[in-house]
Amino acid sequence: MPTVTINDDVVALPEAATVLDAVSRTTGRELQPDGTPADGRRLGVAVALAGEVLPRSRWSAIQLDEGAELEIVTAVQGG
Amino acid sequence: MTASQTPPLQIGDYTLDSRLIMGTGGTTDLAALEKALVASGTTLTTVAMRRFSPETKTSVFSLLERLGIDVLPNTAGCYTVKDTVLTAELAREALETSLIKVEVIADEHTLLPDVVETLEATEQLADKGFTPLVYTIDDPASALRLESAGAAAVMPLGSPIGTGLGILNPHNLELITSRASVPVILDAGIGAASEAAQAIELGCSAVLVASAVTRAQQPEKMAHAVRLAVEAGHLSAQAGRIPKREHALASSPMEGIINPVEDLT
Repeated sequence: MPTVTINDDVVALPEAATVLDAVSRTTGRELQPDGTPADGRRLGVAVALAGEVLPRSRWSAIQLDEGAELEIVTAVQGG
Repeated sequence: MTASQTPPLQIGDYTLDSRLIMGTGGTTDLAALEKALVASGTTLTTVAMRRFSPETKTSVFSLLERLGIDVLPNTAGCYTVKDTVLTAELAREALETSLIKVEVIADEHTLLPDVVETLEATEQLADKGFTPLVYTIDDPASALRLESAGAAAVMPLGSPIGTGLGILNPHNLELITSRASVPVILDAGIGAASEAAQAIELGCSAVLVASAVTRAQQPEKMAHAVRLAVEAGHLSAQAGRIPKREHALASSPMEGIINPVEDLT
């Protein structure tokens, strides 16, 4: 079970968990393999892995290693 | 609501329908924000990018999507080029827009822009295919430098963010707008509707208003007022103001005055 950091929270994920699994778990939304929500609406979320933006199309292909650091961001009120 | 009386504005590849860009910060009341956004007639509204938290499920993003308002992500909270570019890239990925309001601040007390970092960030973002709308100081020289660096619009402040002090240096603002070849959008400092009208009269193509509406006692009413002010400013600027004079110039005829007083000269 890899232990990863998501937005500064330390989280234990199942074996072979992917970025897609981590995003789905964090947002509480069911996601399709291409990273879009199963409900057809927009997700409005982006992911950085070790400081690099990871396009949603690659989320399902990338397994999280022990100690990986993920940032999951979205739009909030501001400006 | 009547249709906007101002023509659309081209910002890079993006067509802005309403000359009033709104901000969403400064209120915790999403229902009041929704009413204000509708009353403002805005078609483009800013959001900030932050870590996802469970509370963001009823997010401002879904509100804007429901209202059919385009999102303008900002890089608020960034101090460096590196953070600004990463935030912009995350915003583009999350919100599927190349528009970015570049905001690189120097310190948290004044929230004034760091022009050196802003310039470099603008250049990098333009190279990466973004449409940068760039928050900057009310300085004509740096406005031109930002334009050369690839800004699709320059957004000088009227006064510091959230102060409501209005346009502190109208002369500088007029110099910026008279020399710019990209749209100039007044960002920050507006406190009342009259100042939005003044910005347009000074040559700005649009204004961005956040706190003045969201922190007003009646946000919906103020949003409506600012909307009308932007349209009034546009008409006023087109109509062509009279030149300023040192002495009075009567508008009533001097001929035929009843019982004229004797000429004392």
